Amino acid sequence: MTTSSSGAFETDAGRRMSRLELTRRLVARLDAGEAIVAGIGNTNFDLAAAARDRPENFYMMGSMGLATSIALGVALAQPERRVFALEGDGSLLMNLGALSTVAASAPENLTIVVWDNESYQITGNQPTATARATDLVATARGAGIEASAWAANEEDFERLVERARHGAGPFLIAARIDDAAGAGRPERDPVLLKDRFMRGIGARG
Amino acid sequence: MTWAETILSCFRDAGVRLVSYVPDKVLIPLIDGVQQDDAFLPVPATREEEAIGIVGGAYMGGVRGAVMMQTSGFGNSINALASLAVPYQFPVLMVISERGVLGEFNPVQTLIARTLRPTLDALGVYHVTLAREDEVEFLAMRTMLQCYRTQAPAALILSPMLTGGKEDVG
Repeated sequence: MTTSSSGAFETDAGRRMSRLELTRRLVARLDAGEAIVAGIGNTNFDLAAAARDRPENFYMMGSMGLATSIALGVALAQPERRVFALEGDGSLLMNLGALSTVAASAPENLTIVVWDNESYQITGNQPTATARATDLVATARGAGIEASAWAANEEDFERLVERARHGAGPFLIAARIDDAAGAGRPERDPVLLKDRFMRGIGARG
Repeated sequence: MTWAETILSCFRDAGVRLVSYVPDKVLIPLIDGVQQDDAFLPVPATREEEAIGIVGGAYMGGVRGAVMMQTSGFGNSINALASLAVPYQFPVLMVISERGVLGEFNPVQTLIARTLRPTLDALGVYHVTLAREDEVEFLAMRTMLQCYRTQAPAALILSPMLTGGKEDVG
């Protein structure tokens, strides 16, 4: 794993974690109907593998980069509910402005989780800018999300999730992950996915 | 009431609360209106496609929203409409200030105006152009109601015939 000359990538040297394992650990920690907004591709495939029919999950099928923006809307609409956006590094890079919008809106109930495997995995593992240049945690801090951190290992990830569930955010949690393919699939039915999510978070039904 | 006061009144009557936008000079009276009235939750965005996502999320959370942008911002929103708002049936109400027509001074702003309505038509998005003050209340209110009742994005295009358009600052 590359480390910048400033040592900015604050993880155990060389450790890459499993996105599926971390997604499972995240879901296992949730007990208050926390909303999860999962971005396109392997991000939402692994959420589907971990907890496909969880009513408070939203699966984004297109609109790459907008999981954070959608999650922000949910968080602002329901300030009493904790909201987690799940993004890949390529997706977040496509919409870095969202970090600023989140910081400026300052929703205490929003957490952005970034699965960083330094690649556009689903299109053939082409490297992203995080492979040799960009530290997304430093980027988020610079954008104004002060409580941004790399998870050093699985236990550290769970500690950061607990902080996100109870503290005053916004938070960003980044994890270096491997390139294992996403293991599940949500239904490819946007209206069904929307309806289930809206019922799950009490906006309908 | 001015055209902007009318639109703000329609927002209130239609239950619009969250308004996400990238500023444009023509939109100033609407921006000031949502910033100054506690009935609204203004969310400035860095890019217009973000605003589409934010309003979609808010809608799913139970809060009606609208986006405001200039015509060029529509160009930054197309994939968010095509792969999110339209297929997921999010009622995103768009207020788009029209430029590139009727006296435009910047040569690179004229082309996006020509893509606006054909692209909305290609996406199947209902759009209404507001050109006369005495039509604003009926057209705006009915467009908003249709948007929320049919769970489909809709656009209100503010013509320079209504707003006076944008003056050259140079």
